[in-house]
Amino acid sequence: MTTPQEAPSLVPDFGDDDTDRKICFIASKGTLDMVYPSLVMANAALGEGIETHIFFTFWGMDIITKKHMDNLQFTWLGNTAMHPPGGSKIHMPQGLAGLPGMTTMATKMMKKQIADLDVPEVPEFVQMIADAGGHLWACKMSVDMMGLTKDDMIDEVADIISATDFIELSEGAQVIFT
Amino acid sequence: MPVATIAGAEVQVDDEGFMTEYEEWNEDIAVALAANIGIELGESHWQVIKFLREDYKEQGETPMLRRVSNVGGVPTKQLFQLFPKKPAKKMSYIAGVPKPQGCV
Repeated sequence: MTTPQEAPSLVPDFGDDDTDRKICFIASKGTLDMVYPSLVMANAALGEGIETHIFFTFWGMDIITKKHMDNLQFTWLGNTAMHPPGGSKIHMPQGLAGLPGMTTMATKMMKKQIADLDVPEVPEFVQMIADAGGHLWACKMSVDMMGLTKDDMIDEVADIISATDFIELSEGAQVIFT
Repeated sequence: MPVATIAGAEVQVDDEGFMTEYEEWNEDIAVALAANIGIELGESHWQVIKFLREDYKEQGETPMLRRVSNVGGVPTKQLFQLFPKKPAKKMSYIAGVPKPQGCV
């Protein structure tokens, strides 16, 4: 017996039933250029309804430390892929980056470029991620090493956890080291 | 382009079911689209949808969540409650505007 074929419903598949995907980012850097990859991707993952965690470790601790999070810096020292803005073929001289005031200038320029794209600065970005349901974790070894306490960090940090704790919580997750 | 009948109106949609013609949208369609994905529209939903439509008209692109929150005045947390799991895609689907293209 045949039944008339139903027209395709054409309702987008928002994948609400796929609840098993989980992503954990390890944010280990504190230079302005290197904190954005995990923040941008974590934010995107949350927007896709994916359970998202960020484990802040070593220099990445600055991203969630109240004293530092609004003052992350950028230098091109050691980064040979730095060119002047506008797609120039020139490589910025490494020696120039070491001159006094150059980090401040480079940081200012990068912050402007990021703001021009309507991408938030780090404190607002971290808040957005927390508001979107992202889980923020601080690394115990880094906290001990740097003499930090939970009070030095923003309230959105869920807890200070050990490497073993992180391995447990990331079971079944895609783990991305940045 | 496929044509779908939504709330009694024939509208053009893309392969996923997102409306492609801004002017074909109306509030009855929004109610039907929302129902398709299990959302019953309340006052706050309408605030978001109206902002999306106005902002798209002015800017020529669908606003990202941050803009909906900062300019549209509906906090991020609430957006995730109103349009669970995939707020950016769900709200643009209901508002009859393209999926947002930006990264943040």
